[in-house]
Amino acid sequence: MTETGTDAELRSPGQLSDPRAERALAPRRWLGLRKGRPGAEGAAPRRPLGVLTVAAMVILLGWVVLAIAAPAIAPYDPLVQSGPYYAPPSGAHWFGTDQLGRDILSRIIYGARLSLPLAVVIVALALAIGGGLGLIAGYIGRGVDEALMRLTDLVFAFPQIILAMAVSAAFGPSTRNAVLALVIVSWPIYARVVRSAVLSIRSSDFLSASRMLGVGPWQALRRDVLPNSVGPSVVLASLELGNAVLLLASLSFLGLGPRPPAPEWGAMIAAGSTDLSKWWVSILPGVAILSVVLAFNLLGDAVRDWLDPRSRRTR
Amino acid sequence: MTGAQADADAGRPPAGTPAAAGPAPVVRRHRRTLARFIGRKVLITLGLLLGVTVVTFLLVQLVPGDPTTTNLSETAQKDPTIVAAFRAKWGLDKPLIVQYFTYLGNLVHGDLGVSQSTGDSVLSDLGKYVPATLELAIPAMLLSLVISVAVGLWAAVRKDRATDHGIRAGALLGLSTPSFWLAIVVLYVFFYLLGIAPNGGRLSAKYAPPTHITGLYTVDALLTGRPVVFWDAVWHLALPVLVLTCLTVSALIRFVRSAMLEVLDQDYIKAATAKGLPRRVVLRRHVLRAGLVQVVTVSGLAFASLLSGTVLIEQIYSWPGVGQYAYRAAVNLDLPAIMGVGLFVALVYTLVNLLVDVLYGVIDPRIRLS
Amino acid sequence: MTAPEPLLRIENLAVSLPAPGGQVPVIHRMDLQVTAGEIVGIAGESGSGKSLTALTLLNLLPPGARVTGSIRFAGRELLGMDERGWQQVRGSGIAMVFQDSSAALHPMLTIGTQLTEHMRTGLGLDSRAARERAVELLDQVRIPQARRVLKAYPHQFSGGMRQRIAIASALACRPRLLIADEPTTALDVTVQAGILSLLDELRTENDLAVLFITHDLGVLSSLTQRAYLFYAGRVMESGATTQVLTEPAHPYTAALLAARPHGLTSGRTLRAIPGVPVVPGQAPPGCPFEPRCAFAQPECRAAVPARVDIGGGRTLACVVAPELTEAVR
Repeated sequence: MTETGTDAELRSPGQLSDPRAERALAPRRWLGLRKGRPGAEGAAPRRPLGVLTVAAMVILLGWVVLAIAAPAIAPYDPLVQSGPYYAPPSGAHWFGTDQLGRDILSRIIYGARLSLPLAVVIVALALAIGGGLGLIAGYIGRGVDEALMRLTDLVFAFPQIILAMAVSAAFGPSTRNAVLALVIVSWPIYARVVRSAVLSIRSSDFLSASRMLGVGPWQALRRDVLPNSVGPSVVLASLELGNAVLLLASLSFLGLGPRPPAPEWGAMIAAGSTDLSKWWVSILPGVAILSVVLAFNLLGDAVRDWLDPRSRRTR
Repeated sequence: MTGAQADADAGRPPAGTPAAAGPAPVVRRHRRTLARFIGRKVLITLGLLLGVTVVTFLLVQLVPGDPTTTNLSETAQKDPTIVAAFRAKWGLDKPLIVQYFTYLGNLVHGDLGVSQSTGDSVLSDLGKYVPATLELAIPAMLLSLVISVAVGLWAAVRKDRATDHGIRAGALLGLSTPSFWLAIVVLYVFFYLLGIAPNGGRLSAKYAPPTHITGLYTVDALLTGRPVVFWDAVWHLALPVLVLTCLTVSALIRFVRSAMLEVLDQDYIKAATAKGLPRRVVLRRHVLRAGLVQVVTVSGLAFASLLSGTVLIEQIYSWPGVGQYAYRAAVNLDLPAIMGVGLFVALVYTLVNLLVDVLYGVIDPRIRLS
Repeated sequence: MTAPEPLLRIENLAVSLPAPGGQVPVIHRMDLQVTAGEIVGIAGESGSGKSLTALTLLNLLPPGARVTGSIRFAGRELLGMDERGWQQVRGSGIAMVFQDSSAALHPMLTIGTQLTEHMRTGLGLDSRAARERAVELLDQVRIPQARRVLKAYPHQFSGGMRQRIAIASALACRPRLLIADEPTTALDVTVQAGILSLLDELRTENDLAVLFITHDLGVLSSLTQRAYLFYAGRVMESGATTQVLTEPAHPYTAALLAARPHGLTSGRTLRAIPGVPVVPGQAPPGCPFEPRCAFAQPECRAAVPARVDIGGGRTLACVVAPELTEAVR
C-alpha cells in the first residue's frame, strides 16, 4: 500500500530550520539513490507503484491531455456566450453556463491551459532562482550566506498570500505579474533547501577527501555538490506544484491574476460566489482545482518516497 | 569538564570539600541564560521588523505612476491643497532615503496611509476590523491546536494501521482544497440546502451589536448580560470557524504526526516504559513533553495558516474583518490599504514568531544554552 | 545438594520480527539462566540477537513481534502476561540500562523527575520519600552534590555521569535483575572502568543479578562470572567466563579471541573472521557459523547443532568440537 500524505505548507520562523526542508534532505549521490550493501538493513527495495500514485498519474495525464486537446475536446468556445445566462447543468451544457452565458465545462477545460503550465513555470523559475542563490550562498558561505538567510527571513515574514497580493497589486494585475508575484513568494524555500544540502555536503568527509585529492573548487561544485542538491530540489519542486496551483487560484479569486475573460478557475469561483443558488458556477471549477492539486500532492509524495526512502521511518 | 566532574566520572569521591566543587550552580544559570536568550531574540526581531518596513516601502515605490493618483481618492486629487499636503507629508520631492525615513517616522506615529476606498486612515480602519478577525482566529486557533495534536499523536501511535492511513488521507484532502472554495461549499450545504446556518455576517439583522468593550461580539454580549445575542454570535461563528479549523488542521496533522513519530522512536521513551511506567503516563509526560517543541512550532504555523485563510474566507461569509478589508482593497486596487494591511500582518506574524522562539527556549533547556 | 532455583530461566525462546516479506526469526530456541546475585555476560557481534533478548525480557519489542518459549522470572512465567503484569515486572523486578545514556534520559525532564517518577507505583513512596531515596541512589552511584543534581537536566552532565544516573534510575525500585545493554560502549576506557566496578559493587551491595551484554571480550572477562556466546540468534557456547575464554570449545569463540589486536607484535597480521555476519532471515542451513568456520565439516550443514552439556557447567553447540588450543594462539 503506498504512502499517502504531503508535508504541510511549512514556513518556519527565522533561525529555525524548515521542517519541510529537512524532510527533503539526506546526503546522497545522484538523485538520491542510496547504494546499500546487498542484503544490508536500510537498502530499500524498489517498491512497485502504489494504487494512489497510479491514480494520481492518471488524473494528471488526463488533465494534460485535456489541456493540449482543448480546442478539439471542449464543446464550446470558452470566451463566447453559447447559452442562456446561468443555465443549470443540462444535456446541452453538462456543467451549465456562467453569468455571461459561457459554457462552464469548456471554460474549465481551457482553464487547464492556464493553471498547469503556469504552475510549472512558477516552480521552474523559483527553483532556478532560489536554487541558484542557495547553491552559491551555501558554497561560498559567510557574508553571502548570511545575507541570503536574512533575505529569506524577510520574505518568510509575510504570509504567502498577503505578499503575493501586495506584489501583484503593485505591479498591476495580469498573468505575467501574477507569475512574478508567486515566484517572488516561493523562491526562498528552494534557496533554503539547496543551501542546506550544500552545507551538509561541504561538511561531509567525501568532499574533503576529493579536495585533498586535488579536485579544484569548481570541479568539486560540479561533481560532488550539484548532484547531491538535485534530489532534495526535485522532491521539493514536486511538492510545490500543488501549492503553486492553489496560490494562483487564490490570486485570481481576488481578481489579481490573469485578466478576464481568461477562464482561470479561481476567478470562475469568485464569479459564482455571489449567488449560491447557481451552485454549478462556483463548485465545479473548485472540483477541478481539488483534483489537480490532489494529484500533484500524491505525486510529490511518491517522488519523495522514491528518492528518500530513509525518511519513511518517520512518516 | 571540571576536575571534579572528571573525578565523578571515574567514580572517585570529589577531592576536597563539598559545595564549592561539583556541578556549577545550575538553577541560577538557567535564569540568566533565559534572559539573555530572550534578549537576543528580541533584537533579531527588531531587525526583521525594520526589514519588513523596507520591503513594503520598496513595493510602494515600484507602483508605476504618480503616488498622488494611486493614494488619493478622485475628489481629493482635484484639490491642490490636499495634494500639496500629501506631497509634503510623504516627502515626495526628496531623495529616496529621506522618503524612507519619513515613511518610517509616519509609521511609528501609527500613520499607515489613508485608504482610497474608505477615505479613513488605514490604521483606524484596521482598528475597526481587527476584533472581528480575532473573534474568528482565536477559537479556530485553539480548536486546531487541540485537534491536530490529539489526532496527530493518535495517528503516530497507530502508525501504518487503518486509522493512520485514514487520517493522513483526510489531511491530504484538506491540504489540496482551496480555502475559498471550501467556504462556499460549506455555506451552500449548511445554509442553502439545509438551512441550519446563517448566511454570513456576525449577527442576525434583528439584533443590535452589543456595546463595544472588546469588539468581540461574543465576549461583549456576555459582559453586557445579553445571552441571546451571545448565542446568535456563536451561531454565526460556527461556519467560518469550522472551515478555518479544517484547513489548519489538515496542514498541521502531518507535521505533528511525524514529530511524534520521531519522539516515539527515541530510546528515552523505551527507557520510560522499561521503568514500569504505565503507557498513559509515558504518553502524557514523556512523549508530549518532547513533542511540545514541535507543538509550539505548530502553533506558529497554525497562526500563519489562519492569517492566509481569513483573507479569502471572510469575503464569503461577509465577515467584516481584516481579511475582508484586504480582499476589498485588492479588488479595488486600493494600494495604501493593501500595503498597510500587508505591513500590519507581517508585523503581527513576526511578533508571533518571536513568541514561538522564546517559548522554545522556555520548554527545551538545551536550546537556551546553545 | 541441589542448585538454587535460578532467578531467571529462559527456555526455548524464539523471537521473530515483522518485516515486509513476512516474519523474520531473529532468536532461535535459546536457553539461558541467571541465578540471584550472579553476574552473567552475553557476548557476540552486532546483529547476533543480544539486545533483542534484553528487549524481549521486558516486552519492549516492536508491535507485531512474535515470541514463543518460556521465560520464568522469580518463579513466574512472563510470556503471556497482560500489560499490567509487565508493568509490575518492569522496574521492580527486571530493570534495564541502555547503551546510549544521552538518548535514554529524557532531555526535558529534570534528573529528579526521572529518578522518582516510577517510585510511586514501583515502591509505593510519596514524593518526599521518593526524593530522599533518589539522593540515596545518587550517592550509591557516586555522584556528588546529589540535591543539586536532582534539579538539573541530563545534557548538563558528561557521558559517564549520565550513565551513572541511568543506573541509579534503573535501581530505583529495587529490581532483582539488572540488564545492562552495552552500557560502556559509548564511553572512554577510563570512564568505562569506573562504571564496571560500580556495577560489580552494586551487585554485591544489593543482591542484584546482572545480565551484562557486550561485544567486548575484555570487558566480559573482567566483569562476568559466566558467559553465553551468541551468534545469529543462537547460543554457541556457555560456561564459566574464565574457562570459556582461556579454553574455548566453540570455533566461533576461538576465532573471536584470535581476532583481538591485543598482544600483537609487529609483523603479525590481524586475523579477522572471514565472511560477514548472518542477516536475519537469510541464515544458511545447518550451523549458522559454518560458512565462516575454519573447522567446518559436511555434517555441519546437515542440521543446526544442538546444545549439549560438556561437563563442568559448560554447554556447546557444535558437532565437530575440535581441539582449539592451537587456534587461539
